[in-house]
Amino acid sequence: MEKGKAMARRWAVDFSDSSSSSHPTVADPPGFTRSAPDLDETSGSRQKKDAEAAWKAQKAWEVAQAPFKNLLMMGFMMWMAGNTVHLFSMGITFSALWQPISALRSVGKVFEPYKDPKVDLNAPRLLFIALNLGGLLLGMWKLNTLGLLPTHASDWVFSLPPAKEVEFAGGGSPFY
Amino acid sequence: MEARFLLGFLLLLSLSSFAFAIYEDQVGLADWHKRYIGKVKHAVFHTQKTGRRRVVVSTEENAIASLDLRTGDILWRHVLGKNDAVDQIGLSLGKYVLTLSSQGSVLRAWNLPDGQMVWETDLQISNPSNSFLHALGNVKSGRDSLSLVCNGGSIRAVSSIDGLVVWKKDLSVDGLKLKHVFQPPESDTIYAIGFIDSSLIALYHINAKTGELLKHATQASSVDLSSEISAISSDSLVALDTSRSNLLLIKFMAGTITNHKLPLSDIVQDFSGLAELIPTKSNDIFVVKTPSNVAFIKVKGDNEIELIGKADEAGIVSDSLTLSEEEQAFAVVHHSNNAISFQVRINGREALTEGIKIEDHRGHVKRVFLNNYVRTDKSHGFRALIVMEDESLLLMQQGEVVWSREDGLASISDAVVAELPVEKEGGVSVVEVEHTLLEWLKGHMLKLKGTLMLSTPDDMAAIQAMHLKSTERNKMTRDHNGFRKLIIVLTRSGKVYALHTGDGRIVWAHLLTPLLQSESCPSPSVLTLRNWRVPHRKALQENPSILLVGRCGAGPESHGFLFIVDSYSGKVLETQILDHSIAEVVPLPLADSSEQKLHLVIDDKLNAHLYPRGSDALEVFVREMANMYYYKVENAKEVIKGYAFKKGCSTGSSAYCFGTRELWSVVFPSDSERIVAAARRKINEVVHTQAKIMTNQDVMYKYISKNILFVATVSPKAAGGIGSAAPDEAWLVAYLIDTVTGRILHRVTHQGAQGPVHAVVSENWVVYHYFNLRAHRYEMTVIEIYDQSRADNKDVMKLVLGKHNLTAPITSYSRPEIATKSQSYFFTHSVKAIAVTTTARGITSKQILIGTIGDQVLALDKRYLDPRRTANPSQEEKEEGIIPLTDTLPIIPQSYVTHTRQVGDLRGIMSFPANLESTTHVFSYGIDLFYTRIAPSRTYDSLTDEFSYVLLLITVVVLIVAILVTWAMSQKKDLQEKWR
Repeated sequence: MEKGKAMARRWAVDFSDSSSSSHPTVADPPGFTRSAPDLDETSGSRQKKDAEAAWKAQKAWEVAQAPFKNLLMMGFMMWMAGNTVHLFSMGITFSALWQPISALRSVGKVFEPYKDPKVDLNAPRLLFIALNLGGLLLGMWKLNTLGLLPTHASDWVFSLPPAKEVEFAGGGSPFY
Repeated sequence: MEARFLLGFLLLLSLSSFAFAIYEDQVGLADWHKRYIGKVKHAVFHTQKTGRRRVVVSTEENAIASLDLRTGDILWRHVLGKNDAVDQIGLSLGKYVLTLSSQGSVLRAWNLPDGQMVWETDLQISNPSNSFLHALGNVKSGRDSLSLVCNGGSIRAVSSIDGLVVWKKDLSVDGLKLKHVFQPPESDTIYAIGFIDSSLIALYHINAKTGELLKHATQASSVDLSSEISAISSDSLVALDTSRSNLLLIKFMAGTITNHKLPLSDIVQDFSGLAELIPTKSNDIFVVKTPSNVAFIKVKGDNEIELIGKADEAGIVSDSLTLSEEEQAFAVVHHSNNAISFQVRINGREALTEGIKIEDHRGHVKRVFLNNYVRTDKSHGFRALIVMEDESLLLMQQGEVVWSREDGLASISDAVVAELPVEKEGGVSVVEVEHTLLEWLKGHMLKLKGTLMLSTPDDMAAIQAMHLKSTERNKMTRDHNGFRKLIIVLTRSGKVYALHTGDGRIVWAHLLTPLLQSESCPSPSVLTLRNWRVPHRKALQENPSILLVGRCGAGPESHGFLFIVDSYSGKVLETQILDHSIAEVVPLPLADSSEQKLHLVIDDKLNAHLYPRGSDALEVFVREMANMYYYKVENAKEVIKGYAFKKGCSTGSSAYCFGTRELWSVVFPSDSERIVAAARRKINEVVHTQAKIMTNQDVMYKYISKNILFVATVSPKAAGGIGSAAPDEAWLVAYLIDTVTGRILHRVTHQGAQGPVHAVVSENWVVYHYFNLRAHRYEMTVIEIYDQSRADNKDVMKLVLGKHNLTAPITSYSRPEIATKSQSYFFTHSVKAIAVTTTARGITSKQILIGTIGDQVLALDKRYLDPRRTANPSQEEKEEGIIPLTDTLPIIPQSYVTHTRQVGDLRGIMSFPANLESTTHVFSYGIDLFYTRIAPSRTYDSLTDEFSYVLLLITVVVLIVAILVTWAMSQKKDLQEKWR
């Protein structure tokens, strides 16, 4: 599927761009006056742009808050999974760890569509990061409750070989 | 809900792993079972014209068996108890085998064809110790046949049909010992002859039907009578006097006794030394064995005797065999080098002489039993059953050995394990590879069919046969998993056998004691065997070898000897007669530069002699000498003593001889305690970890020491059998003693308990088995020992940084603070032997191997013997696998490692590790041998034999094809999407 996309991209020709940047070589079709709508825009365009910016800001906040729902769901799932180590709880725990990490890695991409000079994306971004870090912590906590983190003495002692003995005594009952 | 369901599922999974069981078709894949009978002491031939010819034997291992005369296979066999020695066997009515056992007090009849017991009679003999003669003559009385059992001065007549005592006659004369009973043909009177206090001869006439005493007479003898007699005819017998140089001919005609003294030197010209009468029942002929020869003597008329034949060398003489009215046959067997000469004498004259070659590892002839058959030309042919020095049994006929049985293996006294040779590189031909590939494919196709349930019964049989004859397991080379090894065993006769773990066959066998027999070593006997060289790393090109230790005479002060034997071939590498005695052999955890293990031989004067003799061995030992100790458990004196070694010994100036210095002693008060059992850890046991992790992630440190000695003592009154002491008088004290310092680490008293005690020590725990008189049941107790002095090593940061003293060497002199945890459980069976599984690295959980009273080996999970068990374990404890506490240890039928087999008279269980951590070898021995491999936590590190590689291969191929197809399809779909 990756391959198909790459091929499509190789073929891609951007038609939309050519409409805005007028090509001097190609004449406008007859009956089409380019200036007419442009004139109209000057007054309405600011309004539209403001609306778009507001919309983008709202969307960015929404995106930033999305991990919270995820967090709740994870919490619920973890509660369901119980505290024993088995396939189900392990799967949930690792997905709980993986999700925030992958989300944090793509934090730039997530807010890409809402980039706007008028919108301040820092606050939602921070919220997003904070929530994901919370998710990560939740995952770590779960990992610990499962006993998979080496936080106990037993985790460090187990691999130690028994101490050598200095003395040796042999013997038993003599032969009769 | 879901969590609980999963938990239940998990618990089910863990429960299923408790039981170790195999499927029916897996029997014989990894295990083998060999049946033996032991050293034969009586044999009765049953060679009727029709049907199977057989010989019924009784052995010194208290077994009765019927052997097929043609093949030597066991038709049936019964093993009587340890205290039920067979005194005599006989045939009755042609269909029963009668056995008299337990010093003449129990008479049993067994059905001859199938060995079922027909009846058993307890003769209720008051003083079974005084059981000189157990005549088992058949006396006709109507249609029934009576068997007479004489014991001291009493006679009992037992009906052969139902075993009822028909009559019983107590002659009630002090000092009377009946010697011979006979019944003249066509007479209702039985004559019983006995000696009273070796000076009077007594004759009794008894009514055969009622047991009424008809007449009796006594006469003083002219010589002191010994107990050896030979009945020569219906009215006379020959006795030997106590000086063993005079014969007494006793005649008892018509109620009167006459006796006549005949000096042996008159009959046999060159007579000297002590004579021996060979017990016979023959017409006027008897056999006297003197140190220089064997004389056949005939009685003629009144008080006249004549020497009719002489065998010049002292040979082994069989019982007489009656061929006809006048003809008596004897077999005389001589042994020379690696051949025996078999001679049959009829009426003292030589009738047949055959020389037979015999493997020289069988030693000398010990017993011979003669039997005849009638050839087609009506002449007599002879066959003989021969018992050799190594206790093997041979059947000889027409100058050759028809079959032989290695019955010495029924009396194994010690065993060690040795590696097989390493496989040589290369040398496999292409044809062979192709052939094996084809076979492999075929085999896997069959297996696949089996898995998919498509196989026919024929295919199933083929699969089974393929399993059994798989050549892989019987190769004479080492394998990667360590499944193929040699078990080297020592038997009571001093013979050493190497058995292959694949199928139990004998790789080599040697009887070494005859090699030593000389004036300086009159009667060598092997005491024990040890691993002498176990090469790994440094001396891989050297063959492993075995040390055999023995002594030249019977007493503890007689000189010792050593043999060093190559494990691969059984070749003797070194023989040494020592100039000191042997009281104990202590293998040390040290080795010299050629990987020979250092051994200290302690003599009866408590000097320690170091072997091997070599400067580097000496250097290694002297360097470690200050840390080496010796302890001695003296069962008779109720003392345990500890010694240190010092330079210079009391008897000589050899550099290899060291003196000992007593350091400590533990003296048990002899009026309240008797040592009944002592056990310690195996020297070569490997422990993986020193920490025991509790449910709450807490750590307990195990007290792991090789110097822990478990000793159990009982009150003197309870030292006898069960029932000999009341519960108030019986107690059992269990001690854990440090053998370096003599410190008693732990002591616990069980009131109302008594032996027999069987114990096993491993890692940081002891499990022992005893009888609880109050509960009338057997009990097992586990003691786990923990080290409190290291208990505060709990700081994670310190542990992470390695700032702890957990791996620092420990010494017994730093007073250990120990804590013990203990728990007791009832156990249904009495126990014959107890052992624990050992694995290569000690990671796999342990199972306790219990030899039960039914001669089977039960594998009991150590988890059942866990002091942390409680009646209501918490959720976490359950998850960890702690089993709810019950008062009795469960016996799960599937956990018998011997499945349906029995190891007759089980005496020992041995467990030794394979290279694969999950698997351990189990070898149990008694009269029978049984070997198997078990995996206490299942085979988690390897695929089982059952694993279908073909199925895996097919799955992989199918998956690859599926990936390719779906990839192509998706490509196509993508393209179509694009064109839309």
